[in-house]
Amino acid sequence: MAQSKDSISRTLIVALLLSVAFSVIVSTAAVALRPVQTTNEQLSIRSNMLSAAGMLTKGASAEEVRSAFDEFEVLLVEMGTGEIVPPETVGVSDAAEYDERRAARDPKLSHELENDPAGINRQVDYAKAYVLRDDQGEIKRIVLPVHGYGLWSTMYGFLALEGDANTVVGLGFYEHAETPGLGGEIENPRWQAQWPGKKIYDKENMTQPRIQVVKAPKSDEHDIDALSGATLTSRGVDNMMEFWLGEQGYAQFLKKARQGEI
Amino acid sequence: MADLKAKEVLFNPILNENPIALQILGICSALAVTSSLQVTLVMCASVIAVVCASNVSVSLIRKQIPSSIRIIVQMTIIASLVIVVDQLLKAYAYEMSKQLSVFVGLIITNCIIMGRAEGFAMQHGPWMSFLDGLGNGVGYSVVLLAVAVFREFLGAGALMGIQILPTVNQGGWYVPNGLMLLPPSAFFLIGFFIWGLRTWKTEQIEEDEFKMSAHKTREAF
Repeated sequence: MAQSKDSISRTLIVALLLSVAFSVIVSTAAVALRPVQTTNEQLSIRSNMLSAAGMLTKGASAEEVRSAFDEFEVLLVEMGTGEIVPPETVGVSDAAEYDERRAARDPKLSHELENDPAGINRQVDYAKAYVLRDDQGEIKRIVLPVHGYGLWSTMYGFLALEGDANTVVGLGFYEHAETPGLGGEIENPRWQAQWPGKKIYDKENMTQPRIQVVKAPKSDEHDIDALSGATLTSRGVDNMMEFWLGEQGYAQFLKKARQGEI
Repeated sequence: MADLKAKEVLFNPILNENPIALQILGICSALAVTSSLQVTLVMCASVIAVVCASNVSVSLIRKQIPSSIRIIVQMTIIASLVIVVDQLLKAYAYEMSKQLSVFVGLIITNCIIMGRAEGFAMQHGPWMSFLDGLGNGVGYSVVLLAVAVFREFLGAGALMGIQILPTVNQGGWYVPNGLMLLPPSAFFLIGFFIWGLRTWKTEQIEEDEFKMSAHKTREAF
């Protein structure tokens, strides 16, 4: 060897070659495995949605999840007005392919929020709603994607409703980074078991959500006991409900669903 | 150094020079991921894969690595391998990777891997380095699995997620020991493991760093 292996030029060459070689390895792995990972993520989100809707049997295979999910009709709802819009409005041919998170960053498809109880900064103009009908075409289930800020993180989940667009079937979260054991308990089935059967709205006012997450609940119909040791996470879930089920969210859409206009 | 025996290189780290029990390395992940056996198995497999691959890679280029940047070179290799393992888990064991969350990434900081790269692979050939990596990986796994078996069995009454002792919550009789599911219990268990091992193999007992002198009272004058 002409140069000693400790010379500056050798050091630089080795560092350079090594960086190039390993960045190739890492990026190959990342790119090659991307499709499989996306499928997994999608499957996990869909299982979560189905389990919120109470339609997931334990240990269901990927195939079963897919076919159960396909029974749902994916609608695009204009936020606020509750109008159903064709998927072309957001530039996709199938509403199921619409990526709300990307849309929320796109100024053409989203708007900044002035009144932002859920702490999400930007809201999409059009959001998805999953609707399941029975054989007569009557709505059996409505599943709404919801998200909002908790203590540390934005919590993403699904709220499933009965065909009456008022009674909760279940709630599930598929992504959050709340404190494990405290706020993370929003994933606990025992806490989530409080949700089924609760009514979102009061009979007098069907667009202002009454459902709430509170300490020491008083109303059996609307109140959900907050998580102890996780005040801010509980408040986050409460705000999330208020926002997405209120006038800025799905309130008008749910009203239309109750009147049989969907 | 040339007359290393393959068998010794492979089997010594399992009990005689166990990385956790003798060198007390890699404790962090031993506390974090051992509350259920299934997760522990995946973690062990990942660590074995990384330590073997990093030992071989470091050993292959050991004659080219300039000594001034050798630690960074080793870190680059280890970090890249860990990312690849993490990506593989995300692709083929998604649920598992969600449970392991950050701890796969933290394999990078597992001192065992770095220690073997610097302490062994820098001086030995690829084959010996591979065996050394395998041995140390298995040694690490032995302790982790032992800890995980106790923790899951006593903490949840189950093994591999299969209920063995019916717990009170499910209408059975076993009151689970909640402490076992918390990280500190792994400290106690590893402590017991080390105690047991050193009672059996007395040569592992460390010599006192200093001798306590006998207590003497001195007269005031």
